[in-house]
Amino acid sequence: MNTKVTIAGVELKNPVMTASGTFGSGMEYEEFVDINRLGAVVTKGVSAVPWPGNETPRVAETYGGMLNAIGLQNPGIDLFIERDIPFLREFDTKIIVNVAGHTIPEYVAVVEKLSDQPVDLLEINVSCPNVKEGGIAFGQDPRALDEITREIKRHAKQPVIMKLSPNVTSIALMARTAEMAGADAISLINTITGMQIDIRSRKFALANKTGGLSGPAIKPIAVRMVYQAAQAVSIPVIGMGGIANADDAIEFLLAGATGVAVGMMNFHNPYATTEVIEGLEEYMEQNGVEDVAELIGGVKE
Amino acid sequence: MVRRKKTIGRVVSQTMLAEDILDLRLETFLASDVMPGQFVGVYPAGADALLPRPISVCDADREAHVLRLVYRLTGRGTTEFALKQPGEVLEMIGPLGNGFPVEEAAGKRVLLIGGGIGIPPLYFTASLLSPEGTREYTGGRSGKASSITSVLGYKNIQTFMAPQFAEITDLYLATEDGSAGYGGTDLDALFEIGRRREGSETVADIIFACGPSPMLKAVKEYALIQGVPAYLSLEERMACGVGACLACVCKTRNVDAHSNVHNARVCTDGPVFPAREVVL
Ligand SMILES: Cc1cc2nc3c(=O)[nH]c(=O)nc-3n(C[C@H](O)[C@H](O)[C@H](O)COP(=O)(O)OP(=O)(O)OC[C@H]3O[C@@H](n4cnc5c(N)ncnc54)[C@H](O)[C@@H]3O)c2cc1C
Ligand SMILES: Cc1cc2nc3c(=O)[nH]c(=O)nc-3n(C[C@H](O)[C@H](O)[C@H](O)COP(=O)(O)O)c2cc1C
Ligand code: FES
Repeated sequence: MNTKVTIAGVELKNPVMTASGTFGSGMEYEEFVDINRLGAVVTKGVSAVPWPGNETPRVAETYGGMLNAIGLQNPGIDLFIERDIPFLREFDTKIIVNVAGHTIPEYVAVVEKLSDQPVDLLEINVSCPNVKEGGIAFGQDPRALDEITREIKRHAKQPVIMKLSPNVTSIALMARTAEMAGADAISLINTITGMQIDIRSRKFALANKTGGLSGPAIKPIAVRMVYQAAQAVSIPVIGMGGIANADDAIEFLLAGATGVAVGMMNFHNPYATTEVIEGLEEYMEQNGVEDVAELIGGVKE
Repeated sequence: MVRRKKTIGRVVSQTMLAEDILDLRLETFLASDVMPGQFVGVYPAGADALLPRPISVCDADREAHVLRLVYRLTGRGTTEFALKQPGEVLEMIGPLGNGFPVEEAAGKRVLLIGGGIGIPPLYFTASLLSPEGTREYTGGRSGKASSITSVLGYKNIQTFMAPQFAEITDLYLATEDGSAGYGGTDLDALFEIGRRREGSETVADIIFACGPSPMLKAVKEYALIQGVPAYLSLEERMACGVGACLACVCKTRNVDAHSNVHNARVCTDGPVFPAREVVL
């Protein structure tokens, strides 16, 4: 039975990874899961300099999910290279570094600092809805997406995954734009912009007013978008959005995802990632699936 | 460090201590590992409410593996917990957070300041540090306090757990409506103690506090004036509870070693912080 998948020339032992921002750099979940089991660890977004993030409250529970407006708090690329990458190198898994910035030069600065680092793939977050100074624009405007993808590809030494925003009219257009600009893979979906108001205090639940919705509540939207994106491009697609168990992950594979990521459900079940891997293997065994490739895009018309 | 895990707790008993205040005892192996000031994340059942509810450890019987949680009925999660009958189970994650630095209190005059639902978490601390307390350290550590005073502030006459604190600490009560103890806040009560004990410069060598943020602010100021080290247990909205998501930060005076900014994670770097390290 083969669970290996290849994304932009990088072979993962299985398609299961962590979604950026929900797993730190792995340190916090090392007590719960064997990181060696994971196809890849996708780190929290990292920027050129340390970012303090938004005011609190930064999270709010919603029906079947949560809103977050962390505001991309991160320690900056220098400390990240000094501390987080060496930590992850200790494990037999692939390292995908998620990159954040306000401007193209800021993204490029991170990408260049990572150029001689032992990381396998870069994931460029052009879709975080929580950064006011333009983070959202790249992911929502095809021309901006085209420009940033080309610039990053000019500087990146590792293959580049463009992480797309679901807050767009045509995901197929955005997917194709990224592919044509040179992206080696795409990942989706990032969170969907939402809002919650506390009727007792009559205040916004989040200090930022709006936040990104994630969790099982968004899964059908994510599956639809992954399907549409996979139909539109020939580069690999990494799917995420509400994955809680192996059944959910398989649904994304069938929709056309080559890789899948577990996000907020790590908070509900810290063992979720490894349970997805075990469940996938079980499903393959029970259904006579020899190679996980048979599942990818395997939905029947 | 003790390994954190997600596990279950079986309800041993549940009683109502006051209006909307419940006293839940759970049999769980987490009880053998927790320290005062730490908390657990209790999960509601059902796919609508997915995040763990942070609840502080009120007390733990390590031998019997019984964890005691005292909580206030608030919303979706706590309403569900309140309906649990003996024998039923709850999923929970823990032990979470750092806890109070109880070792630092050995041989000292300890002052506990609690407000409202911040009172129960101080009980385990009191029980461990009080010469009359029943809880002991684990792992060869030791050290009772030389004396232990508790100043507890309530809204009204519903002074839950006060009798228990009275058994093992020198208790001063305050109620906002004046229905019991000093009329006013815990800090009003504190200044009253100061006046009464005139002659001794300070009433304590170390302060542990838990309660609403206006109270913590006042404790921080009080400690500064008195020149006494104080440790405050903070509260913030959480998601993961284990330090990964960066939801639960508080502002810090210095750049935090982990975050590299003026932010620390309440769930892992806290919930207990030295008063002088945090900006309230
Ligand atoms: C470190 C820590 C220790 C705590 N210890 C205790 C305790 O010992 N006893 C006690 O009664 N309460 C304690 N709380 C507060 C307790 O976590 C909330 O009352 C509880 O989460 C409410 O859940 P709910 O589903 O009933 O309310 P809802 O309002 O339905 O909850 C909705 C969401 O908001 C979160 N939330 C609501 N109120 C708070 C709050 N005050 N703090 C953090 N998150 C909140 C919930 O966890 C949930 O994710 C503590 C909080 C923290 C951070
Ligand atoms: C608390 C939190 C923090 C996140 N931080 C990032 C981030 O730094 N960069 C990023 O590209 N996506 C971030 N995301 C988005 C997730 O990686 C993921 O795309 C999204 O949550 C959908 O998946 P899920 O429903 O499984 O969580 C974050 C999500 C959450 C819940
Ligand atoms: S709740 Fe996730 S870091 Fe504290």
